[in-house]
Amino acid sequence: MSSTSSATAVTTDQRPGAEVVLRALKDQGVDVIFGYPGGAVLPIYDALFQQNAIRHILVRHEQAAVHAAEGYARSTGKVGVVLVTSGPGATNAVTGLVDALMDSIPVVCLTGQVPTHLIGNDAFQEADTTGITRPATKHNYLVKRSEDLAKVIHDAFYVARSGRPGPVVVDLPKDILIKPAPYTEAPAAGVEHRSYRPVTEPDPARILEAVRLLKRSERPVVYSGGGVINSGPEASRLLTEFVRLTNMPCTNTLMGLGAFPASDRRFLGMLGMHGTYEANLVMHGCDVMLNMGARFDDRITGRLDAFSPSSKKIHADIDPSSINKNVKVDVPIVGDAGRILAAMIECWKSDTTPIAKEAQAAWWTQIEEWRTKNCLAYVQQGSIIKPQHAVRRLYEMTQATGRDTFISTEVGQHQMWAAQYFGVEKPNRWMTSGGLGTMGYGLPAAMGVQIAHPDALCIDIAGEASILMNIQEMGTLAQYNLPVKVFILNNQYMGMVRQWQELLHGSRYSESYSEALPDFVKLADAFHARGLRAETADQLDDVIREMLAHPGPVIADICVAKDENCFPMIPSGAAHNEMILGPDQEKNARAVTDDGMVLV
Amino acid sequence: MSDTNVRTATIAVLVENEAGILARVVGLFSGRGYNIESLTVAAVDEEKLLSRITVVTTGTDMVIEQIKAQLDRLVPVHMVNDLSLAGPHLVRELALIKVVGKGEHRVEALRLADAFRAHVVDATTESFVFEMTGHGEKIDAFCALMRPLGLAEICRTGAVAIARGTAHMAA
Repeated sequence: MSSTSSATAVTTDQRPGAEVVLRALKDQGVDVIFGYPGGAVLPIYDALFQQNAIRHILVRHEQAAVHAAEGYARSTGKVGVVLVTSGPGATNAVTGLVDALMDSIPVVCLTGQVPTHLIGNDAFQEADTTGITRPATKHNYLVKRSEDLAKVIHDAFYVARSGRPGPVVVDLPKDILIKPAPYTEAPAAGVEHRSYRPVTEPDPARILEAVRLLKRSERPVVYSGGGVINSGPEASRLLTEFVRLTNMPCTNTLMGLGAFPASDRRFLGMLGMHGTYEANLVMHGCDVMLNMGARFDDRITGRLDAFSPSSKKIHADIDPSSINKNVKVDVPIVGDAGRILAAMIECWKSDTTPIAKEAQAAWWTQIEEWRTKNCLAYVQQGSIIKPQHAVRRLYEMTQATGRDTFISTEVGQHQMWAAQYFGVEKPNRWMTSGGLGTMGYGLPAAMGVQIAHPDALCIDIAGEASILMNIQEMGTLAQYNLPVKVFILNNQYMGMVRQWQELLHGSRYSESYSEALPDFVKLADAFHARGLRAETADQLDDVIREMLAHPGPVIADICVAKDENCFPMIPSGAAHNEMILGPDQEKNARAVTDDGMVLV
Repeated sequence: MSDTNVRTATIAVLVENEAGILARVVGLFSGRGYNIESLTVAAVDEEKLLSRITVVTTGTDMVIEQIKAQLDRLVPVHMVNDLSLAGPHLVRELALIKVVGKGEHRVEALRLADAFRAHVVDATTESFVFEMTGHGEKIDAFCALMRPLGLAEICRTGAVAIARGTAHMAA
């Protein structure tokens, strides 16, 4: 046990461990958990059966339980909770855990374990869960003593949600769940950890340095990421206030979409490998960059030695290990994005450094010129549906409903088109697997979102390959009557793989064509959902309209152009100013270097 | 900050003395591709349940900064101290060295051991076990001299290190 707390009340009466677990969850504010039963966790399932405070959602695969908890967490800001059994239950959850680790999503995953006396004996459904999940989690615990049980669970929630959030595993041997255990209240003042104390309050000297640098800047940019979303909706409000106050251009990472309203004229769109022309050229040409809660991921920077070559870089991050990891920065600020933004706004208002107004106006003129390139333009003509058009129409028609809309995606071309063409206005409305790139993420994530927001419109923008990776969750949608809409951009290819093969491997489409796809309309029917299909452009609006109007779960199979590629694109190993804008340019593009070929 | 000059860093890490902590640290190094030249660990405070790890690693300044930040990010880590940067510090290593031989070689081994202040901790008519402490380089030098004299086995602890003067690590 690694935490101490001065004023924790320990109850004298002892209850079975499983009941203590549920009580601790309840005290942590948990109202729903996503799980799948099995031998080692039967005592918890028995305790769940005998109470009403916590709702259990039965998934069809443990990976989906974690993604559902992630969707729940990302759309609410609360910790998502997972309950799985030992052995295969835990190993199936690993992909979800790594996904949550890469995207900094707070999740507590309770795993069953064989009884303590059998650990290490290769017992039935035994796996070294803490060993396997050590690099897959922010932290993990194995509870070996009943008296530690409640305290470990309180600790796990604190670690999961504080600092840079992440997944935490608590491994629970079956005897610990059965034996009587004392209850320890969660410390009222919050857990005070002996060794883990994340810094949230920024250093004022750094704030001042950053503000002055930005005021003197002639070509500034704000590049914000998932850290702003993770800090809570107030941080997104402050980001919007700061960008409007300073009139700087703002671009978001894939993880940061929604932190700044897409409809604001200062918004440049997403940046990076499939970012907009203007966002990437602003990053390349700026003289001061404010990175707010993003991590200079390789999808953002492109070739590192050509990344934003003439800028001073300010990097605000809650995780000190993110700073100077990929890109050397000039002004590091460690702290919570919301606190940093509040401090910067205050400092901006009180500091008297003159603002380089004229130069900044010229910078905006330059940006407007880049914008006229209209890099996301596409032409929808004839009967074949362009995938971009399908997403655009989905966006426009959902906007017209006026309903609160939450989007999740799978991974691939459709994900990038969704990021480019579905404007996100508010934080916590955009759920996508950014860091790990987990195909199969979107459907269970949408399920978790829908559980948290029963009346909202939850749409999984999917590809026909990704959706099959967790298609079994259609069963969960049916069981709980969750009206999730699965919007499949069906081009019969693993589109992003096909695109890379076209670009990098001489159009040799090795194993990227799906020979035997299911009939998604019949598949929907089999899972008690509504199945719809649009095969031609004139059917698209009707299908979207019917999908949005249907009160239950829907699969909409949108048959789109098979050979469409996702542009703009910065090829592997290229710099921001070497991006490919469209198919015409693709043939003339600088050949990808050998160094670029090895990158993913 | 240089990203091309490789340096050696001796890093002291104060950690919770709990199951799995060494696996976390070692897994961090292997998972992220950092070097470990040596690593030692032992409990140092039974009451506060603290252990101290001394790890010697090499890398560019940027990599070593990353190593320290990544170590500090582990939940059971209390404190990370880069002794190489912090100032003057002592580094010591203990070695047990077995030399097997007869006649003139034995006499020479004993004579050199004396010069290096190695102690004889076990002896038979055909062997010695020497114990020596010191900087790693001193042990390297002694082992090199023993090689032609019947060096049979070497056992080394890896470096432990502490700052000189009043500066100290406490959780």
